[in-house]
Amino acid sequence: MTVLTIRDLNVVFSTEAGPLHALKDVNFEVPERRIVGIVGESGCGKSTLINAILGLLADNGGVTGGSITFEGQTDLVGLSPDKMRALRGERISTVFQDPMGALNPVLSIGRQMVNIQYRSGLSRAEKEARAAEMLELVRIPDARAALSRFPHQFSGGMKQRIAIAMALMMEPALLIADEPTTALDATLEVATIELLKDLQEKIGCSVLFISHHLGVIAELCDEVVVMYAGEVVERGDVRSIFNDPRHPYTRRLLECDPARQSSRTRNLPTIPGEIPDLRARPRGCVFRPRCDLAVDTCADPQAERDLGGGHQARCQKAQGLTNTMAELGAAT
Amino acid sequence: MLTYAAKRLGLSVVIVSVAMALLFCMIYLVPGDPASVALGPRATEAMKEALRVRMGLDQPIWVQFWNFYSDAWRGDFGVEVLSERPVIDVVFEQLPYTLALIAGGITWSVGLGIPLGCWAAVKRGSFADRLVGVLSVAVIAIPSFVVAIYALLIFAVSLRWLPAIGAGEPGDLGDQLVHLILPSLAVGLGWVGYIARMVRASMLEVLETSHIRTARAFGLPEGLITYRYALTIAILPTVTLLGVGVGQMLSSAVFAEIVFARPGIGRLVYDAILTRNFPVVTGAVLVTTVFFVLVNLIADLVIGALDPRVRSSF
Repeated sequence: MTVLTIRDLNVVFSTEAGPLHALKDVNFEVPERRIVGIVGESGCGKSTLINAILGLLADNGGVTGGSITFEGQTDLVGLSPDKMRALRGERISTVFQDPMGALNPVLSIGRQMVNIQYRSGLSRAEKEARAAEMLELVRIPDARAALSRFPHQFSGGMKQRIAIAMALMMEPALLIADEPTTALDATLEVATIELLKDLQEKIGCSVLFISHHLGVIAELCDEVVVMYAGEVVERGDVRSIFNDPRHPYTRRLLECDPARQSSRTRNLPTIPGEIPDLRARPRGCVFRPRCDLAVDTCADPQAERDLGGGHQARCQKAQGLTNTMAELGAAT
Repeated sequence: MLTYAAKRLGLSVVIVSVAMALLFCMIYLVPGDPASVALGPRATEAMKEALRVRMGLDQPIWVQFWNFYSDAWRGDFGVEVLSERPVIDVVFEQLPYTLALIAGGITWSVGLGIPLGCWAAVKRGSFADRLVGVLSVAVIAIPSFVVAIYALLIFAVSLRWLPAIGAGEPGDLGDQLVHLILPSLAVGLGWVGYIARMVRASMLEVLETSHIRTARAFGLPEGLITYRYALTIAILPTVTLLGVGVGQMLSSAVFAEIVFARPGIGRLVYDAILTRNFPVVTGAVLVTTVFFVLVNLIADLVIGALDPRVRSSF
């Protein structure tokens, strides 16, 4: 069973300079008890995707087509605000990128964790006990006393662990982690990832893990979705994506990963060009203007090509682009 | 919190001392001889000299300063020129009326300003938001003495809903409150606009922050998010503004007290200036200064109580 199924999702924002097509024909699934990573450059639509799932799109944005099916039955698109609110925090919860700003500065940790349980019907003491139990689980020292402290009294790493404790407190079916480790330093990043994986197994939830850090994605995720300019260009299990990428964008992205550089280089490789203006998308393949393999027919609409085993790439050359990662000398 | 309060109190004492020094300089620099003003044009030179000695004006400036300073800290501002009653008694007799007026002004401005600002922010871009915006600017632009006169004309003279003058029967709290409605509206109406604008602006800012996004992502009820998660933070600049606002309300209280023929500090100072009753002016100004500093101290303590980050930064 899949926890989350996204089909042909389109999100458009109306701006002064015309409509902005932020997500176009997005398809992917999050199976039960799996960790799915979403990877892409800044501005590829990761945040819009989260907001669309949570029903928190800005007022000028809206879903213009497609469906977001949660737990096989509920379509989150067009769900009433009350029903959506009932799911948020209860069945779908979120850890955001910025641990410094994600907690309310004037309410104690305990108060915030008690408030999140407002639907549980537990007594105040039971809610506090549950909050303390969660803080212990994320290894906050002296959890009971920590409840009465305020966010500014914790370090960044601790705040992110508290945010994780809050998100998992209601034992959701789906945890959305929006670059949860980007603001942390490298050692904390590893510890936080391990903690997240540990808790995910304990609670048995699925995770939608958003990051631009390829190493973290490779380490943590079972499946990977590669996004570019609001489109899913390639998706599949983590092995296929990292060892046998078939979309030119994925291949360039992996080449650019500093961890893949085998020798000392003065200049790290980059992908020439910029993400296209989403108000004026290129015809056909969205990566065409930056792709060195582009041919005339790339300007025609591109369908996802099935490469077997759930591996899909939105490129007409996908079947032909085999085993060249090794030839490029980039595979490690 | 105790350390914070103690430090803030120490700072207040310093501020009052500096204010006293400034006040002394101003009195000293004002042209004219208090003794000749007090005794009138027919006084002889010997009489004036005697009064000067009695008032300590013959002594060197630093002795005068020290006397003024040590007397003031003991609450001794000398005696009123005409009745020879202690100034401090005269001032404290009038103070409650002005305090009631300022409290009424704050009640109007907070009671209307905060809900209006909050409402405008939540309904951002709606007709209600624009209406609050226009009304805020309008009431800020109207001087308080104009509000006082028109409130008097409309509600007291034409409609006869509320009493026009006086502070009400002593001992009858209800009557005193009824007499307070119009004068305090005159003092507070402009601040309804300031506070509504301030609360709206800081609410909009706070509602955009990522912890509000987190609260929404946890499905918390909108009411809890607006009032407990956002307004508690959005209110902080308003509390500071209100501390300063009390100073301005004190000056508009002068007009309100004159227009509505109420007793009070403003009226006392006004009459004292007209009769060159300088000890009363000095005493009233110093008591007002202390009051203003106290209000700002309270404002800072309220902020400390609301914001744990402020508490621990001291």
